[in-house]
Amino acid sequence: MSGKEDKIAPGFPLGERHRDDVRANSGRPLNDLTLSDVLAGNAVEADVAISADTLMMQARFAEEAGYHEVARNLTRAAEMTRIPNEELLRLYESLRPGRSTYDQLLSLCQWVTSEYDAEHTGAYIREAADAYRDTGLLKVDDL
Amino acid sequence: MVLRDASGLDALLSHRYPEGTVTHARSKRFQKLRERDINKEVFIREWPELGLKVMDSPGDPDPSLTIKDGRIVEMDGRVESEFDAIDRFIALHAIKLDGASEAMQLDSLAIARMLVDINVSQREVMDVFASLTPARIAQVVGHLNVVEMMMAMQKMRQRKQPADQAHVTNWKENPALLAADAAEAGLRGFAEEETTVRVSRMAPFSALALLVGSQVGRPGVMTQISCEEALNLRLAMKGLATYAETLSVYGTIPSFLDGDDTPWSKGLLASAYASRGVKSRFTSGSGSEALMGYGLGWSMLYLEVRCLLMVKGAGSQGVQNGSISCIALPESLPDGVRGVFAENLVAAALGLEVAAGNDAMSSHSQMRKTAKLMLQMLPGTDFITSGHSVMPRKDNLFGGGNFDAEDMDDWLVIQRDMQIDGGLRPVQEDTVQKIREKGARAIQAVFGEMGFPPITDAEVEAAVCAFSSDDLPDRDSVADLAAADAFLDSDKTALDVVAALARSGFKDVAESVLEMQRQRVLGDYLHTSAIFDKDFKVQCALNTPNDYQGPGSGYRVAGETWQQIQNIPQALDPQKLIEDEAPDGDLVLHRLGDALEGQVPEVVVAVGPAFGTVINRTLADLSHAEVLSAIVEGIEAEGLPARVVKVWHGADLADIGLSGANLSGSGIAIGLQSKGTALIHKKGLAPLNNLELLSMAPNLSLESYRTLGGNAACYATNRAPHPVPMSIDNMARLRLIVHTTLLHHREVRQIIADKPVEELEVMFP
Repeated sequence: MSGKEDKIAPGFPLGERHRDDVRANSGRPLNDLTLSDVLAGNAVEADVAISADTLMMQARFAEEAGYHEVARNLTRAAEMTRIPNEELLRLYESLRPGRSTYDQLLSLCQWVTSEYDAEHTGAYIREAADAYRDTGLLKVDDL
Repeated sequence: MVLRDASGLDALLSHRYPEGTVTHARSKRFQKLRERDINKEVFIREWPELGLKVMDSPGDPDPSLTIKDGRIVEMDGRVESEFDAIDRFIALHAIKLDGASEAMQLDSLAIARMLVDINVSQREVMDVFASLTPARIAQVVGHLNVVEMMMAMQKMRQRKQPADQAHVTNWKENPALLAADAAEAGLRGFAEEETTVRVSRMAPFSALALLVGSQVGRPGVMTQISCEEALNLRLAMKGLATYAETLSVYGTIPSFLDGDDTPWSKGLLASAYASRGVKSRFTSGSGSEALMGYGLGWSMLYLEVRCLLMVKGAGSQGVQNGSISCIALPESLPDGVRGVFAENLVAAALGLEVAAGNDAMSSHSQMRKTAKLMLQMLPGTDFITSGHSVMPRKDNLFGGGNFDAEDMDDWLVIQRDMQIDGGLRPVQEDTVQKIREKGARAIQAVFGEMGFPPITDAEVEAAVCAFSSDDLPDRDSVADLAAADAFLDSDKTALDVVAALARSGFKDVAESVLEMQRQRVLGDYLHTSAIFDKDFKVQCALNTPNDYQGPGSGYRVAGETWQQIQNIPQALDPQKLIEDEAPDGDLVLHRLGDALEGQVPEVVVAVGPAFGTVINRTLADLSHAEVLSAIVEGIEAEGLPARVVKVWHGADLADIGLSGANLSGSGIAIGLQSKGTALIHKKGLAPLNNLELLSMAPNLSLESYRTLGGNAACYATNRAPHPVPMSIDNMARLRLIVHTTLLHHREVRQIIADKPVEELEVMFP
């Protein structure tokens, strides 16, 4: 047991302590996005999307505060910022029960890892492939 | 005592009571009981094989854990090759191996005591729970009774301050009403608002109305829409929802498959939401597996612990549990409510945010419903309900709410009674109406600016004042659905909503909706138990952790919060209640000096010090003139004269009556307090041993007083008295005790201790 840990992560919350340093997924500084910009049409979806860097920082906060599983989730989320909406929805669909064969899941794992530099997400899909194979959750015609 | 010989005693004891004469007839009391709300529910005995056992099923495995080469190879009696996908997921993701052997060796009773021990910190308990198997966790909480569970919850809740979540829907899916209700919910203090849809294609508009309305009500309220997972994610990607709690998990694989998911697909979804800066929590709860036919002989709690470890393993910050929509099933069984609260507690002990159920109808009986609520409301959970309906039940598209718009004041009074924070704050009607109108106008403007089917002024006006969606005009649903489809497929996002609001004069609302988008960029609220205050300052387990460790620590209702909670608008200023009191204009009381002992047959009417001069009406709202006149009439009708005196030295009714009796020529007097309580007293009796007492002043009529007067005369002339007519109202004391206290206080203040009883001449001008 690790005993008492300090649950207060220094640097958290970003909104109060590091607002000036945060950039959106588009690279635009958060403080650069004003109501006037929105009204002038000078703002795109990616300007209000979280970046991988920020999610990694949030993952560190979770880790420091002892929420290790949340940290790992946020690490995978950081990788998924690179995956477009439609691809992400497709990825989810592929992991639902009976949707994919073992080989399909393996290639999905490879594709995600290489295409989006998503090592942890890839490993997670790989792990699912093995679990689905061993517990009968693969696409039926693969059995 | 009479001694009997043994045979006589035997004969006596052998005499049997004659049974069976009326015992087979039906009892009228049982008939009433059968008709009570509580007996509209179905109760069953346990049937463990079907999963109809809440805690501690004979089918539950014994706790065990074997770790080999840094991985779990056996858990709760099953070896790795026997693991189902849930075991496997838990073993891979949800049990901290470092320290697991030590934690599993701890006696389950010792761990249970840690939960309750104020000298053991929340973090220490979490560290132990992090390494326990599902069966061990179920065993640990099985040692606790509900009071111990509440103590444990008070410590294990993750966020320091409890909060509540609103359900905002309406049957007509009218966006103006949704926005008005969402605004009101924000004003009332809800930290989160959830909507859902009857027609799923309406989801984009309902999410939009909720977002806009909520930010009108209170900047920083988080919103979500419960709909199909993929659609939900798309709406979140558009920035129309800030959190999601639709990620349902189940404790057995067949149930999981019925939900068309696996632990891994749900886990991926959780990360997907986070990757778009959207907070999410999972959903689970007792009874779902048995209901779906796959309880597999395990207890509901053991299955729920499996769910919770899955949730934790997936890295979700929290869960809504507490049986949720299945609540009636555990409640049909013994210790169902206890088991459901145990699952809330386990979630908190695992470090998860808990939205604690209490959302779906849990009972026909108000008493039972409230009793259940207390388990979560008294210790406080992150969200005391997973949805507290701000509308009437028929507009609740979640299948009817457990607590509805009509229950708001009950909730607020319970907070005030117990000095607890149930997440809500009292509101004033005019403030509510203003905020509702602003919410409805804001969504009207957005629909106008974005070219959606217009929201008319008539709809806005109806939405502001509506009780339910019955009060709203019908919309063209075909046009709405077509526009909602087009909105979903378009590249329009929350940013377009921001612009629409700003262009139509709702700059502050635009700023709030924009700030909500910026918060998605920051991601602070992805953490455990996160909510925002009105300045968008995040409050979560990382920066405002629950530090309860006994009296004087943790979250306490004090200061400004306590002022807000106690100041319900119904609370009257007690000084105002009595300041209007004045002399009775219909009653002239001439003071004739000290009263003397009477020498002739008579009845004395002795009144209290404030009578007719400072106070002028009784608790039954009868004027003092009327009451005194009725008493005098009653006395005179029986042929005796009445003499009125005022007692100055005391306000106690027995004292007033006896003081009158001591002066009465017949030895009989009526004592009358200013609040209307009256008695007949007799010279020589002990103060509390009066002849007749009318203690319930609110139930008395003039006829009661007239009869009382007549009875006093009867006592004075040795004739039989008559029954005093009075209404029976058992609620009178409840309703009028405050007034009684204040009126009596006023009478006491008129006391002049050394002033003798005063003779009065009475006239009724």
